[in-house]
Amino acid sequence: MSSLKKLTQKRLFLPIFSMILVMLINVIYDIACGNMPLQFFVITIKNGVLYGRLIDVLNRGSEIAILAIGMTLVVSSSAGTDISVGSVMSLYAGVCCMILAGYGNVNVSSYAHPLLVGILGGLAVTTICGLFNGLLVAYLNIQPMVATLILWSAGRAIGLLLCNSQIVYVRVPSFQKIGAYTGIIPTPIIVAAICIAIAACVLKFTALGTYIQSVGINKKASRIAGFNSAKIILLTYIICGLCSGLAGMVATSRIYSADTNNIGLNMEMDAILSVALGGNSLGGGKFNLAGSIIGAYTIQAITTTLYALGVSSAQAPVFKAIVVILIVVIQAEPFKVYMKKLTAKRAQAKEAA
Amino acid sequence: MKRGVLLGILMAGVAFVCSGCQSSGSWQGETSYTSSVTQTETEIDENLIVVGVSQVGAESDWRIAQTNSIKEELTTENGFYMIFDNAQQKQENQIKAVRNFILQEVDYIVLDPIVVSGWDNVLQNAKDAGIPVIVIDRNVELEDDSLYVTSILTDSEAEGRNAGYWLADYLEEQGRDEEDINIVMLLGTEGASAQIGRTKGFAEVAADHENWKILERLGGDFTQAKGRESMETLLEKYDDIDVVISENDNMTFGAVDAIQAAGRSCGPDGDMIMISFDAVRAALEAMMAGEINADFECNPLQGPLLAETIRRLENGEEVEKIQYVDETYFDTTMDLETLMKDRAY
Repeated sequence: MSSLKKLTQKRLFLPIFSMILVMLINVIYDIACGNMPLQFFVITIKNGVLYGRLIDVLNRGSEIAILAIGMTLVVSSSAGTDISVGSVMSLYAGVCCMILAGYGNVNVSSYAHPLLVGILGGLAVTTICGLFNGLLVAYLNIQPMVATLILWSAGRAIGLLLCNSQIVYVRVPSFQKIGAYTGIIPTPIIVAAICIAIAACVLKFTALGTYIQSVGINKKASRIAGFNSAKIILLTYIICGLCSGLAGMVATSRIYSADTNNIGLNMEMDAILSVALGGNSLGGGKFNLAGSIIGAYTIQAITTTLYALGVSSAQAPVFKAIVVILIVVIQAEPFKVYMKKLTAKRAQAKEAA
Repeated sequence: MKRGVLLGILMAGVAFVCSGCQSSGSWQGETSYTSSVTQTETEIDENLIVVGVSQVGAESDWRIAQTNSIKEELTTENGFYMIFDNAQQKQENQIKAVRNFILQEVDYIVLDPIVVSGWDNVLQNAKDAGIPVIVIDRNVELEDDSLYVTSILTDSEAEGRNAGYWLADYLEEQGRDEEDINIVMLLGTEGASAQIGRTKGFAEVAADHENWKILERLGGDFTQAKGRESMETLLEKYDDIDVVISENDNMTFGAVDAIQAAGRSCGPDGDMIMISFDAVRAALEAMMAGEINADFECNPLQGPLLAETIRRLENGEEVEKIQYVDETYFDTTMDLETLMKDRAY
């Protein structure tokens, strides 16, 4: 009993619990359909690549996971969210495909510039976007949501302008590689894993994580303690911009085109949600990167599950909302207190009897 | 010093964003400029019919082909003066454009609506001003149908039906008309007229064939990314898909990618029959590469019928409320290379 209590009090318990809950729905569904109960977890090799629903979740969840890294840091340091990430993803698509295809071309099968120039160009622009957001928030003290609202609306529009309002296709195999497979593993999973590993290492082996948290908890006190609060906030926004670029890189390569109207659409909401699902407070301060990452894959697992259940993409948000409400309520502090009181009462009643 | 550098970067950022806005601003400036020119010119030449065209945007080759078709027909040589407005995918811009046309007292307003609803007010204004409105490409939902005189549409229901007839013929040719056929459909954005029409049209034909089994209809939002995701889900769920109906070419590209990634194949020599709609150039190229069986056109060349309709209205003739443009289809038995040479898009 006490070991169970210890388990439930661990910080990562709830995010992991939510993830398991979603998986359980899959298992129940499979049993109801007469499939193998654990079909969700079955991974096979088909056509020389890994195949299975779990792989799908990991693969399609890559963009959200990458975004969640940047978003977690931004939320922690500035107690606000960066709502421009989806737009900046699509800006990456516009910049990268415009460089690779040459301005004005819609459908190319050879590069106008080397692949690396396109990718680095795109990432540079998104990093500058992060810098721009960061300057507004850190040095001009503009509320994060208002500051990032600028690029939320302008990012996609600039991307459209760069592509002449059209979908630019780059039909070159090496460009598709990032969205396809490396060996037997989908490349997006590898990209996400590398990003997560780097972020985890930086947070573990440097004091950056502590700096960010202390700035988030109390900006003034941290400054008095000797941190350059503004610089740290700026840095988190730059990292967030870079993460948006990396997520955009994966999304763009998947469809080898700059579908600027649709890439990263509403993705900022998924990113913010994954931070919340990970048990992080959107009020800033303490954060838990592992929680956010688990949150990101939970969101993708919900989406994939809904598709597998045959829920149409127009109705999926409703069911997604219901699941999210459940998870968020379970994690809410007042709810936990209420549950504790309830169990205490029950125990009392038992004793009295 | 440090502050100064910072401010500089910030200014550069602001300039960057503003330049984005500005270029779209100058676009609109251009339109109003041309329209003021128009007014003076029409005063000179009273014989020209002034037509205000509000176009959705320039998002695809298809849309550009449609725009060009209209521009080629409504020329001064043909007796028209066209004021063209590109709404950049925004309904507000389209409403603004129609209001401007009313203020400029054009003779006809042509509207290619981005969405079906929300046009009542502005079209009422046009009617009050006595300007006939012609709706093209997609239909609008209005409480009062008299707010527009005629609509020139692509018949998406017929496209869906034709796809059904083609599939029936094809299966008969293959000697498979008796066996069970498992079909999956990738639907477009729910509520879009093309999605509703194509789904309904195909379902009508499918109902006549008892051996056709529609396993599932899954949404794909008309985009390549969603099309791929939905197809991946379907491939995992069902092992024996015979036919894939994808309601536009973008989703088809995604579906073909998903099928190939799963080690399956589609097209005339593959294990699945792939039917698509729209027939853009890239899709015909994919058809030549043997990835698509048949593609049903959604004809963008609406200019000629539009010009003819306006002439008939000028002569005081009655015009049907709904007119459809001619549409065709393509399959692998045709000589695609020659067909593609003559195509505008």
